[in-house]
Amino acid sequence: MVNGLIGKKVGMTQLLQDDGTVVPVTVIQAGPCVVVQKKTAQKDGYDAVQLGFVEFIKPKNVNRPMTGHFKKTGNGAAPVRILRETSVAGDESPNTGDKVLVDIFNGAEYVDIIGTSKGRGFAGLIKRHHFRGGRASHGSMFHRAPGSIGASAYPSRVIKGMRMAGHMGHERVTVRNLRVARIDQDNNLLFVHGAVPGPAGGYVVIEKTGR
Amino acid sequence: MNALQTVESRQLRTDLPNFKPGDTIKVHVKIREGDKERIQIFEGVCIAQKHGSIRSTFTVRKMSFGHGVERIFPLHSRVIDKIEVVRSGRVRRAKLYYIRELRGKAARIKEIKSVNA
Repeated sequence: MVNGLIGKKVGMTQLLQDDGTVVPVTVIQAGPCVVVQKKTAQKDGYDAVQLGFVEFIKPKNVNRPMTGHFKKTGNGAAPVRILRETSVAGDESPNTGDKVLVDIFNGAEYVDIIGTSKGRGFAGLIKRHHFRGGRASHGSMFHRAPGSIGASAYPSRVIKGMRMAGHMGHERVTVRNLRVARIDQDNNLLFVHGAVPGPAGGYVVIEKTGR
Repeated sequence: MNALQTVESRQLRTDLPNFKPGDTIKVHVKIREGDKERIQIFEGVCIAQKHGSIRSTFTVRKMSFGHGVERIFPLHSRVIDKIEVVRSGRVRRAKLYYIRELRGKAARIKEIKSVNA
C-alpha cells in the first residue's frame, strides 16, 4: 500500500450536517496518481515510490530526459507535470504504472498534508514575527520599525537568529492530523476539516497520519 | 462548473419558498431533545439575507414579551423543516436594521398586495 497521494487544492467550502452544525472543509482534488518509479533498498537505499499527479501536459513541454524517465514506467503511462515521492507500507508493493486513487484513505480518520504556503514577499516584522509596532499618532515617530536589534560596543555585531524583516511564505509547510470529513471516490475528491497550506490550485501531498 | 460549485450545489435546498427582507415568515425548526425530535416555530420579520450559495443566511426578528429577539439561520441548513411566508412587506432597503430602533406602530411594514396572489 502506498502511504500518500498528490493532490491539488480546489478551495474551501462548508458541509452542512444533519444536526445543523456547519463544518468548514478544504476540498482537494486527490489524484488520480500513477506510480512512475519504484525505489528499492538494494538500489536506492530505501523503499519508496515516485508518484505522478495525472494531469494533461503537452508532449512538447516534456524535455528529453523526462521523456526517457516516463518511458521506463511502461504501461503507456502519459507524462505528468508533478512528481512526488512517498513511502510504502506492507508487503504488497505497487508496480510502476499502477494507479493510486483516493480510496487509499478509506477508513483513515486523520491525514497529514504537506503544501507550499502562500508567498508574502518581503514582509516586515509585524506581519512576519507578530511584533507590535508603535503608536500611529500623537507625535510618535516609531510606527512599524524593528526597534533595537542589540547592544553597541559589545558584542559589536547582531546576534544570529535576530528576528528581522525578510522573505515570508512560499515554504514547505506540514499540517498534521487534519480530520477527513468526506471522501468522494467518483470525483477523486478529499474533504478535510480546516485549512490547508497554499493557494487554491496549489499542489499538496496528502499522507496517512501515523504511518 | 468547477468542483467547488458542484459540491455546494449538491447541498443546496430547492424546497424552500422565495422570500425577501420585509416578509413575515414562519421558520419551522427541528429541535432534538435526547432522541426525540420536535418542531418549533420561529415567526418574525426577515430583516436581512446575507452571503450566497451554501453560505447564505437570513435573519428573523420578532418581538417576544417586549424584547426584540433575532435569530440567524443558515438558509440551506437541514435544521429547517420548512418556511412559510405569512405576508410580504413593501420595503425599500435590503437590510432592515433600522427597525431595531423602532417600537410599536413605527415598526410596522406595509404589506404588498400581489396581483397574482
